[in-house]
Amino acid sequence: MPTTAFLTDSTLCIGCKACEVACKEWNGVADDGFNWSGFSYDNTGAVGHSTWRHVKFVEASPEPGFGGNAPELNTWAFSSDVCKHCENAGCLEACPTGSIVRTEFGGVYVQPDICNGCGYCVVSCPFGVVQRNPDDGRAFKCTFCYDRQKVGLKPACAQTCPTESIQFGEIEELRAKAAARLSELHGRGMSDATFYDASDSSVKGTHAMFIVRGDPRAYNLPPRPEVPTEYMKKAWKSSAIGAGMLLAGSLLAFLFENRSNGQ
Amino acid sequence: MSKAFEFPEPDRERRLHEIRREAEQKGSVKSPGARPQGAPFPIASAETGYYGIPLLKQPPWTWEIPLYFFVGGAAGAAAVVGAIADVTGADRKLVSHARWIAAAGSVISPALLVSDLGRPARFLNMLRVFKPQSPMSVGVWTLVGFSSGAAATVFADFMQQRYGPSLPLRIVENAGQAASLAFGLPFSNYTGVLIGATTIPTWNQNVGELPMHFGMSGLSAAVGLLELMGHRKSRALQMLGLGAAMFEVWEGWRIESRPQQALDPLKHGLSGSLIRTGGMLSGPLPVALRLLSLVSNSRELRKWAATSAIAGSLLTRIAWIYAGHVSARDWRLPLEIKG
Repeated sequence: MPTTAFLTDSTLCIGCKACEVACKEWNGVADDGFNWSGFSYDNTGAVGHSTWRHVKFVEASPEPGFGGNAPELNTWAFSSDVCKHCENAGCLEACPTGSIVRTEFGGVYVQPDICNGCGYCVVSCPFGVVQRNPDDGRAFKCTFCYDRQKVGLKPACAQTCPTESIQFGEIEELRAKAAARLSELHGRGMSDATFYDASDSSVKGTHAMFIVRGDPRAYNLPPRPEVPTEYMKKAWKSSAIGAGMLLAGSLLAFLFENRSNGQ
Repeated sequence: MSKAFEFPEPDRERRLHEIRREAEQKGSVKSPGARPQGAPFPIASAETGYYGIPLLKQPPWTWEIPLYFFVGGAAGAAAVVGAIADVTGADRKLVSHARWIAAAGSVISPALLVSDLGRPARFLNMLRVFKPQSPMSVGVWTLVGFSSGAAATVFADFMQQRYGPSLPLRIVENAGQAASLAFGLPFSNYTGVLIGATTIPTWNQNVGELPMHFGMSGLSAAVGLLELMGHRKSRALQMLGLGAAMFEVWEGWRIESRPQQALDPLKHGLSGSLIRTGGMLSGPLPVALRLLSLVSNSRELRKWAATSAIAGSLLTRIAWIYAGHVSARDWRLPLEIKG
């Protein structure tokens, strides 16, 4: 089975949200409320249990010499966010039921028939993706359209994207594509275009890669995501010391009491 | 956005009208465009993040979890204290009371844990795998071992008191006690590992101390409960209570003296007040009361020290969970933006 990935190129995204709609339609995901956020045209805010694809609307300061707007009006960039399907996935490591598994395509998949809603994956995801549905009780996130991939189809979002901003394919091919695209963008003068896949962090790379313009932090992409298993050694060491103190303290206290009673 | 806008916006319409006139008269427009109401709009940037929308999700846990941390910590420590008291030949009544605290915890803990699940009916799915890399999995198996041991101990103890000594029951009692000692040690503090090894900054920045902190907090509560059950003459309990409270003093000092931004929820706002109140009730207050009771030989003061330590232990768990929520809402931390 090929290891697959998404490459989301925000320089091609037109903010149509067709990916959000296609995802909801195919996967039968519930609506995420009908609220006005006031943050540009983004009324969803973040990926979550009812939002598996999420288009970010990043308003940035205008570049002098471009466009005819008033200087206080902003330029627009769009980027479709999704579960990162980490190489070293915090949610998968944390899941106590084995509900979260890695598929043969390299994606991270929550088996809904096993999840018991303990919520530990929620606090173990460095990208804040997986979330417990309060009505259902279980945790949900992007399935990487596991069902579609099984029968050789593209995920619904990539299938529907009208500008090929969301590309889907074999991971190494997409990496090469991203490198080529990046040098093309740099050649065109977009020197702020950057590639994001968190491969320099403990997440060890993602199966959802991004090309964005400017600092990835403006897109809520963390510079150093940390998979929580990194803290495990320190934590269990402290636990062992704590247990040692409890045991030694109890022994000392009762032996001391015995001795002083005996005298 | 609560600000009400007028439509059509009169200023903007006037400005558009001027631009149209300028275009008609001069053929081109040099001056700035229309400025809509509400401008400048919030922007997303490396300094402001994505509109200040938090990256991380808050823990979905409900009130059961801090209570579970408290009950589990006290029960685990009580089992250890009871087992050690038993093997060192201490007062039988103390041993029996400690066992009962552990047994009560062994029933209450799973109940709390199950009721917090999104799908309580699927609790047993927790037992389909054992994952050493998941503190939740390790914790659940520890709970199973502890609960079985603690329950078997009191059952065998009770049966022997009622129907007289018997060898099989004696074996069950000892095996149960060995199990509740072995599992009680990690059970008293694994909850520190559970929240420490997460992506929540204020938790993972304290991952090296949280298990010890929670373990000593559990010991404080166990000792306090035993003292309230009447064991206010035991010097061993006094020493254990004093030691645990002194550790909590050190823990409080450690939190206060570190300047990291990720520790702000432990020092400011409601979560900070809860942490500090819990810390005072767990650390300095019981230390002072216990020292005074040592000098004056007052059992009344020990009662107050015990009460304070129990309240402090419970409040500490509530405060840590709440501080985690506050920390998850702070959008600057995962983006490493100084605030």
